[in-house]
Amino acid sequence: MSNDHGHHKQSFISKYVFSMDHKMISKQFLITGIIMGVIGVSMSILFRLQLAWPETSFPILNWLFGDQWAPEGRLDSGFYMGLVTIHGTIMVFYVLTAGLSGTFSNLLIPLQVGARDMASPFMNMLSYWFFLLSSIVLMSSMFVATGPASGGWTIYPPLSALAKAMPGSGVGMTLWLVAIILFIVSALLGGINYISTVLNMRTKGMSMNRMPLTIWAFMLTAILGLLSFPVLLGGGLLLMFDRLAGTSFYLSDIFLGGGVGALEQTGGSPILFQHLFWFLGHPEVYIIIMPAFGITSEVIAVNARKPIFGYTAMIISLIGISVLSFLVWGHHMFITGMNPLLGTIFLVMTLIIAVPSAVKTFNYLATLWKGSIRFTNGMMFAIGLVSLFITGGLTGIFLGNAALDISLHDTYFVVAHFHLVMGSSAIFGMMAGIYHWFPRMFGRTMNKTLGYIHFWLTFISAYMVFFPMHFQGLAGVPRRYYSFNILPEFAPWLDVNVFITLAAILGGVAQIIFLYNFFSSIFAGEKAVQNPWQANTLEWTAPVEHLHGNWPGEIPTVYRWPYDYSLPDADEDFIPQNVPDKGSSEEIHVAPVTPETSDAKEPKEDNVMLFTLVKNWLGLGKA
Amino acid sequence: MSNNAVSTTSTWAGGKSPFKVSYGKLMMWFFLLSDAFTFSSLLVGYGAVRYSFPSADEAMMEQVRQDIPFGTDVHHMFEHTEGGFVGHMVNEGVFAETHWPAPELVFNHFPGHHLHWPLMFVSLMTLILILSSVTMVLAVEAGQRMEKKKVELYMLLTIIGGFMFLGCQAWEWTKFIGEGAKLYTNPFGPVTFAALFFLVTGFHGFHVLSGVVINIVIYINTILGTYEKRGHYEMVEKTGLYWHFVDLVWVFVFTFFYLI
Repeated sequence: MSNDHGHHKQSFISKYVFSMDHKMISKQFLITGIIMGVIGVSMSILFRLQLAWPETSFPILNWLFGDQWAPEGRLDSGFYMGLVTIHGTIMVFYVLTAGLSGTFSNLLIPLQVGARDMASPFMNMLSYWFFLLSSIVLMSSMFVATGPASGGWTIYPPLSALAKAMPGSGVGMTLWLVAIILFIVSALLGGINYISTVLNMRTKGMSMNRMPLTIWAFMLTAILGLLSFPVLLGGGLLLMFDRLAGTSFYLSDIFLGGGVGALEQTGGSPILFQHLFWFLGHPEVYIIIMPAFGITSEVIAVNARKPIFGYTAMIISLIGISVLSFLVWGHHMFITGMNPLLGTIFLVMTLIIAVPSAVKTFNYLATLWKGSIRFTNGMMFAIGLVSLFITGGLTGIFLGNAALDISLHDTYFVVAHFHLVMGSSAIFGMMAGIYHWFPRMFGRTMNKTLGYIHFWLTFISAYMVFFPMHFQGLAGVPRRYYSFNILPEFAPWLDVNVFITLAAILGGVAQIIFLYNFFSSIFAGEKAVQNPWQANTLEWTAPVEHLHGNWPGEIPTVYRWPYDYSLPDADEDFIPQNVPDKGSSEEIHVAPVTPETSDAKEPKEDNVMLFTLVKNWLGLGKA
Repeated sequence: MSNNAVSTTSTWAGGKSPFKVSYGKLMMWFFLLSDAFTFSSLLVGYGAVRYSFPSADEAMMEQVRQDIPFGTDVHHMFEHTEGGFVGHMVNEGVFAETHWPAPELVFNHFPGHHLHWPLMFVSLMTLILILSSVTMVLAVEAGQRMEKKKVELYMLLTIIGGFMFLGCQAWEWTKFIGEGAKLYTNPFGPVTFAALFFLVTGFHGFHVLSGVVINIVIYINTILGTYEKRGHYEMVEKTGLYWHFVDLVWVFVFTFFYLI
């Protein structure tokens, strides 16, 4: 096994574009995710302008969207819905699924389990390119004559099934479905890879109960994705046929308003779509939050200089969340006329899932308790996640109750709940990861002062935006309304909307600071040392310079779990995983087994033509 | 707090595959698992639509079975009825918008004659697909014994089996469409019956087609001696997993669409 991977000459294309190195692919995911994030957040600020000042003309809207979508500087009501829909889609799928899981699973799985690369680097590369293609298709829907999909990110039929239901139900909706199908392909290619790598390619001594919690979280996230995305694929396929081939899987006897007429076909059910959608949709929120949990576990333990509290409990609660997340989807559908017994079952399951979630939160707090906390930027964001997750989680207990949900459903209370519990807190987890592993990715550290400013502005604005929404929701203000000023009962909330919008703009400005910090640090940041946070995990034992193959020489062997911080009799307050026990009488017995897959792991040539790749993939290349 | 005392020689200790399989085979298993969920979503969708309609009346069905026993020449029998056999059933109320049609009356054709052979053709299709799975097993087994000629033979038989199944499906679709069934119309009853039939059997047929293409790639590679040189026929085994999965899915599709 030769280990001189660093010395291969790589062309620009094979190194930066069609790269099969997991570290480069993770950067590609991150940069694409950040770009999509900028688009998604900007959209939210633009439609917040409409909510705060419904009658005011904003020349910037007209400049951005033209006379069709923003005549006289005011958003068109259909396009407002389009912005809301695309904002939701981008944030849920493109930023917090691909941007978060794609980035950190790719970066950390091989490095933390001690593998040279992913099980199949080629599939890993495909995963990114399908994701990019999907992003481009989604964004292209902003440029079609009838506008983007406008039925909300949950694309309920009939708005999504009947092309004439509203302008956004036309080509824009079809493009949305195409984009999501491409996204599912990307997620499956990535997920299969992540699980296989974690199970098959751990280095010697890296038993399952020595894996960092990040890896546990990424693996279980990938399993969730593997089992839930295909169901959306099936549901999307049926929807595609309803739209394009005249079937009626999701359409019952519906009459459209305005004399469009009754449908020829009947016999389906829109509720069926909701079931298929939420069978993905609910695990999806855990697909979003679990990687953020994993990152937080690692960042908090490193920076509190303490072993993570309740390592086994953390794993069990992750597994518990994964299993239960498949049994609670009905709580999104309490008001669809569901059988009360079924509703009760979903209610009970929903409240039970609060238990493992609470176990995790209390473990974070117990880890912080009496720790020698280092308030690095990553640590601040990790603590921020815990705060936002608790705040948002508490309202989940309200919404999980079917009886309360009847009055709270589709109000701003729901908006506030999920933006805190899985929106903001997952963003905070992602930020924690970016600040923490930036040295590992780019060999430099980000500016700490700018990081603090970024954290505090984001943290304050997150609460300022979403906290007042709870009260709006309790007062019955519905979500997805274009304008409230024609409804006198909502008049008292107009001022609150102004406040929220100003806070949202503050949050947007904070992200500009982050963007400046991120991109300038890539080129001009302070050079990072080998192990800047004095962490135990294996990724810090690999050289800062990127090697294709991660370690020169042998892959380190693992002798201990990753949380040996501040051991009483140790010289230093951390002992990396590859350090053998001092004076341990028990010799580590490892059978000298070569991993059966090692031959496939070695990237044979770095500068490969796409044709050769396809040939090898089909098995036609040289064996 | 540390758990250093963990045994490092156990199955899960790292440095080797806990299941003693290559990553490729593991990936195939995970892919099949996710694909199983795709088919499940379609079949659950089918179930939801199917059971929003009642079945044909049992007494009426019993009468039909007595009037038209197995092997009746339905073409001759309903020569003078408008719409033939289907028209007669619609007139009798056996086929109606309000209830799910009985598959035995919808799929009663067999190539070459007009006799009433309910579900015989689809049973033949099923038999062909299951037999192609048997030849696939033989190919995998021959591969493990490194017998190149045997692998070639059995792969070829599997490919032929796949093509025969696809041919049968094409014939059945042609017949069904010829009788007026489309994605948006269905003379046999609710439109969703035809739509679901085309969608689910079509999606399965697409899997069979891709399986046949992969089998052909494997077959060519076997002839070229790729696996002989590589020293193992694991690719045949991985393809076999996929092929058996497609076969298994058909068993479910067969059960749900034709038997229930």
